[in-house]
Amino acid sequence: MRQRSDLFEGESETFEGSIVIKGRVHRFGDDVNTDDIISARYLNTTDPKELGSRCLEILDKDFAKKAAAGDIVVAGKNFGCGSSREHAPVALKGCGVGLVIAESFSRIFYRNAINIGLPIIEVAQAQELKAGDEVEVDLVKGTVRDITQGKTYQAQPFADFICRIIDAGGLVNWAKSGIL
Amino acid sequence: MGQTITQKILARHAGQRTVAPGAFIWAKVDFTLGNDITAPLAIDIFEAAGAEKVFDNDRIALIPDHFTPAKDGKSAAQAKRLKDFAAKHKIRHYYEVGRAGIEHALLPQLGLVGPGELVIGADSHTCTYGGLGAFATGVGSTDLAVAWMTGRVWLRVPESMRFVFKGKRPRWVGGKDFILYVIGDIGVAGARYRAMEFAGGAVEKLPMDDRLAMCNMAIEAGGKSGIIAPDKATVEYVAKTRHLTPQTRKEWESLASDKDADYAEVREYDVSRWEPVVAMPHLPSNIKPVSQAGNVKLDQVVIGSCTNGRITDLRVAAKVLKGRKVHPHVRLIVIPATQEIYLQAIKEGLIETFVRAGGVVSTPTCGPCLGGHMGILAEGEACLATTNRNFMGRMGAKGSFVYLANPAVAAASAVTGHITHPAAVAQK
Repeated sequence: MRQRSDLFEGESETFEGSIVIKGRVHRFGDDVNTDDIISARYLNTTDPKELGSRCLEILDKDFAKKAAAGDIVVAGKNFGCGSSREHAPVALKGCGVGLVIAESFSRIFYRNAINIGLPIIEVAQAQELKAGDEVEVDLVKGTVRDITQGKTYQAQPFADFICRIIDAGGLVNWAKSGIL
Repeated sequence: MGQTITQKILARHAGQRTVAPGAFIWAKVDFTLGNDITAPLAIDIFEAAGAEKVFDNDRIALIPDHFTPAKDGKSAAQAKRLKDFAAKHKIRHYYEVGRAGIEHALLPQLGLVGPGELVIGADSHTCTYGGLGAFATGVGSTDLAVAWMTGRVWLRVPESMRFVFKGKRPRWVGGKDFILYVIGDIGVAGARYRAMEFAGGAVEKLPMDDRLAMCNMAIEAGGKSGIIAPDKATVEYVAKTRHLTPQTRKEWESLASDKDADYAEVREYDVSRWEPVVAMPHLPSNIKPVSQAGNVKLDQVVIGSCTNGRITDLRVAAKVLKGRKVHPHVRLIVIPATQEIYLQAIKEGLIETFVRAGGVVSTPTCGPCLGGHMGILAEGEACLATTNRNFMGRMGAKGSFVYLANPAVAAASAVTGHITHPAAVAQK
């Protein structure tokens, strides 16, 4: 059986898949923290639906009601800063969010989203995407197409290693495929 | 090119001679941590994955500290999941209420984390252990579950930033102020994805409790980790709980960044003229010297948390409060971070000082820091806390206000009822 460590040594392996996501934009600002995404007072459960019903309520009290399946959260810099609670990306997924686009992400939120299979992407021009726009994203190519405005932006594509975790459907599946 | 202390620790745990910033590694972990909020989710994930055995039942801590003693039925159910999982997998480091405490005060106290080790915890303030010269970082529940399964974690090797503190530390200025100055300087995303290395004469003279407080808040600058190279003080601290061979002592004391190591950035500070600072709502980077904080009226003061609930913190607070009374309109809540700290505070008469001043003393819990219990704020209320986050609504109502400061400022402000410099209250 191939050991996971092999993946970090070879240069020959390049991820060749395609992951495309399409949805409608909800707008937020800079430094959206994990208390904003899901307040600690709701962390006495791990149920995605229950967490989802309180998602982002401190910034937009009706967000969970407004979010339709596959919708896209668009934010500024440092999205998901603060605590390590994985309940934050779980809550976003739980209320149907299909993708988060931000100018940048805090690192724990970033790895949590990758690990649980909530798609995220960093785009320098995230602020040009407006609330209500329809957007299509190719996570592998790193292209973000604002269908409503007719504009396309290029994001930094993910490292091969990250693409493999996304493609495996999250860290647990990735780890199991190689080791367990 | 030389290596930073962070690169050296990561290389060793990845089984490589050197590692470069930006590289991905699948590293061995020395110790893992979960609490009553993050571990139940990790247990869900572990069990859903069909995993049956943990990698090492000696290298896992399960600490019920956030919503404990259980604040409601659902919290009790979550804490019970920790207990049941610990029993099933014979987890050695499970600590029930009464023997536990706030995780990031408890683990160093028990000697479970040490220099040169790689520690991950499903809690963002896991970076605290960098104060002991460990590479320690906060991760999510999935990372924790996978570490339980495999004994490993994936990491992107971070670039390092070096912060050098020079000069003589003025009275009433502590490690909390050092880190708040840095966060104020570089912002809440200033160290995003990076390791923050703290050095210089003023850091070398800091007590261990202050070093832990400094590294604790690296995450508040977006840092992956905070680290202070181990020295004699570090070794003596760990030697209280572990038997150390002369070889280990020597290895630890020589663990440091190479002189020609590469840094993304180096910043120098002269602490000689600093005064204590306060982080104003609603970001830890929003700092002001306490003398310029304005007339901020307070409803509550909290002294505690994984940042400032250690014995050094309680001593400083008691010094200011001794023989004085808490302002009639203020609730003072003091929370020793562990049972051992609590007992020590009783022995030294600190608890009596707090109670006589009109404060309440709570069992160890993260409680109010994250708006869990034991001191939730009403709409319009203001609290000065020695905790680590002052986000909107963090300690309760959306329209409440949290100010962050060191324990001396907290104690002085509890007496006057508004944000106050400790020198204005305490005798010189």
